[in-house]
Amino acid sequence: MADTITLDVTRYHPDKDSEPTSQSYEVPYHADWVVLDALNYVKDQLDGSLTFRWSCRMGVCGSCGMMVNGMPKLSCAIPLSDYMPGPIRIEPLQYFPVMRDLVVDITEFLHKLQKVQPWIIRDEDKPLAEGEHLQTPAELDLYKQFSMCINCMLCYSACPVVGLEPEFAGPAAIALAQRYNLDSRDQGSAERLEALDDHEGMWGCTFVGECTKVCPKNVDPAGAIQLYKVASTKDWFKSVLLPWSSK
Amino acid sequence: MNSMAPATFNRPKMYRRPMPLLWWLQNRAYFRFVVRELTSIFVGFFAVLTIWQARALAEGPDAYASFMDRLSTPGFAILNGVSLAFVLYHAITWFNLAPTAIVVRVGETRVPDWIIAGANYAACVALSAAVAWILLRG
Repeated sequence: MADTITLDVTRYHPDKDSEPTSQSYEVPYHADWVVLDALNYVKDQLDGSLTFRWSCRMGVCGSCGMMVNGMPKLSCAIPLSDYMPGPIRIEPLQYFPVMRDLVVDITEFLHKLQKVQPWIIRDEDKPLAEGEHLQTPAELDLYKQFSMCINCMLCYSACPVVGLEPEFAGPAAIALAQRYNLDSRDQGSAERLEALDDHEGMWGCTFVGECTKVCPKNVDPAGAIQLYKVASTKDWFKSVLLPWSSK
Repeated sequence: MNSMAPATFNRPKMYRRPMPLLWWLQNRAYFRFVVRELTSIFVGFFAVLTIWQARALAEGPDAYASFMDRLSTPGFAILNGVSLAFVLYHAITWFNLAPTAIVVRVGETRVPDWIIAGANYAACVALSAAVAWILLRG
């Protein structure tokens, strides 16, 4: 086994470059390293100007997402050994504006998250004296999977609709809306539907399904979006066929 | 946003890579997805052909015989063969995706994916058999 591996890393300096370029670094190979360890070696030993985000190193914070050999990955969660003998192509998450090197701008993503009102909405707040909103394990099971999202944005980089239509709310945001819709304590599904019942919302999804495949937390955003479409269609039919019935 | 958005004090100039025209050749999954979407054209073709067939049937035996003659020309035979292949691809890919969009619970247990997909295949086979029986019974 070779004792080094080459990383081809995208570089972009906003004040100097008109577009990104690629730079190669040779790093030592260690069987117990992940790709993020190799990038940190570059940063610490070879080129301190290389810029990338990372934090927890254990697949929880969702900061270190990047394109690795063309696929969106959490660089802390993929062993270097998976890519031997190399080289490994490392690029910023695709479909996002690049700020510098491997760092992308997440402002639009944060706006999309906010648009779906990802919090529990109540018609009337329950007085604190009445205690908690109780929930059974079965009610928790309905949305738990969709609540595991860590906002790593890999699903956005896997979704060609995000690339083709930047206004599309995107997998994580719609899945998050569905997470709250399915929560027995929530009463805000009508408000979220208003925000997502159009081509920039759930109907923009063409069910490519790659968002679910790349999700490191098995959230299944594609599933959440299709369930949302089914629920929305049922509501529409109900409103047409039974206009007198309340939702 | 333009590919080169202007810089401001706290918002540096950013680069947005344009979406390549051949994005659907970027990986196999994208390619399979685009093929799946394009197969809709052949599903539509079969639908139009069926309506055309019904119209010929309504116009009487001569019109229907003429329609069937046209269908047996080599050009139509090839087109129908290709269309059948794409329609099968369309059906199989959507049947396999059905469990993602259909969640059925019995009590507190979610019905397994293979049962949902299997029910779609079973319904397809049953309906096809029923149509074949009607057409072929003599």
